[in-house]
Amino acid sequence: MTRDPEGAPLLHAPRKYKMATVSLAGCFGCHMSFLDIDERLLQLLEVVEFDRSPLTDIKTLGRCDIGLIEGGLCNAENVHVLREFRAQCKTLVAVGACAINGGLPAQRNQLDVGKILRDVYCTQTGISANSQIPNDPELPLPLNQVHPIHEVVHVDYFLPGCPPSADAIWAFFNDLIAGRTPHLGHGLMHYD
Amino acid sequence: MTDQRIDALSPGTFELDGRDVEFAPGDTILRAATRAGHYIPHLCWKPEYGPHGSCRVCTVKVNGRTGAACTVMAGAGQEVQSNTDELNAQRKTLLQMLFVEGNHFCPSCEKSGDCLLQATAYEVGMTGPHFEELYPNRPVDASHADVLLDLNRCILCGLCVRASAMVDGKNVFAIDGHGIATRLIVNSPSGLLGDSALQVDDCAAHICPVGALLPKRRGFATPIGQRRFDISPVSQQVEKDAT
Repeated sequence: MTRDPEGAPLLHAPRKYKMATVSLAGCFGCHMSFLDIDERLLQLLEVVEFDRSPLTDIKTLGRCDIGLIEGGLCNAENVHVLREFRAQCKTLVAVGACAINGGLPAQRNQLDVGKILRDVYCTQTGISANSQIPNDPELPLPLNQVHPIHEVVHVDYFLPGCPPSADAIWAFFNDLIAGRTPHLGHGLMHYD
Repeated sequence: MTDQRIDALSPGTFELDGRDVEFAPGDTILRAATRAGHYIPHLCWKPEYGPHGSCRVCTVKVNGRTGAACTVMAGAGQEVQSNTDELNAQRKTLLQMLFVEGNHFCPSCEKSGDCLLQATAYEVGMTGPHFEELYPNRPVDASHADVLLDLNRCILCGLCVRASAMVDGKNVFAIDGHGIATRLIVNSPSGLLGDSALQVDDCAAHICPVGALLPKRRGFATPIGQRRFDISPVSQQVEKDAT
């Protein structure tokens, strides 16, 4: 925190941006690509402080300036968390192919979800006899199909890539924090 | 009417985004612009195969009226607008429509980096899909020994149809159906690619601008960074030798 020469905090010191991140039906690869900004993370931490994120121990989400969503929606809990992020974050960003169009997990949309569960938990070779599809209410039910997040909540920005490169994420943050509309040019814009 | 006919049959010059472009008799705007090295976004057009008019991505304004640059004949003194915010926004919408209509999961597609649909979407700055995904469930045709057909990626540009008919002389492909059910079909008794006359060296087997029709066992051969559109954006790769 900025302090005056006497050591007391300034009354109107510039406030840090609050940032929350989450992985829904993601692979954590977008978070890893985020960490690929390497030592630039220290620069970022001078202007940003983290709220709920897989990188912090905060369990409940507070008011945030920026919410980064990795992964699409594959189960009921994903939808609940996404709505909470939308309610708490001023700017919500769909990060990566999964959050943007469902991504590779959405290839399951070609199949019946019941058949997939039976195949994996009941009929697959190598599992013990009488194995059942898990049915504890503690577990979130899968959705019929995987969906991108913009089909459930309004999304302010899309940051494409599988994952977006660290340079793309860095360029995006720089634009966003400077108040510019993020723009990725050739080399930073990719879907793969 | 008489004046326009004469224009279309005689050489001259039109203006594209403020630059003079020369055209030859019978040229469309897209053909003349491409020959002169100017980029107008397009998907279903290729210099050797003539217009198709299905993707609408080449839509320009000619003397204030919109038209597909691949079908509108060039005429002397036309004022053509292409690279404007309005037209590029419309192109982005068209691309978003094509993306949600299919399963364009670029991360696992062997055409990624070499795909005209993807490169054109990069060019117009498409970051997200905007529309609801349709997630079509059309069966993949892997019956052919050397060629794979994934209709969930097909954009119905008809280039394989034209190449098979015009170059290979085989008429392997056709476009069938109505509305959103329109799809590419294969001319063989079973409807399968493996029972058709298509061979891997045919022009039609290589012309697909996206990842729908692909030679088998050749995926992911080019290192990332060296693929066609990694090197430079599509707007800098105009096929200038178009005749």
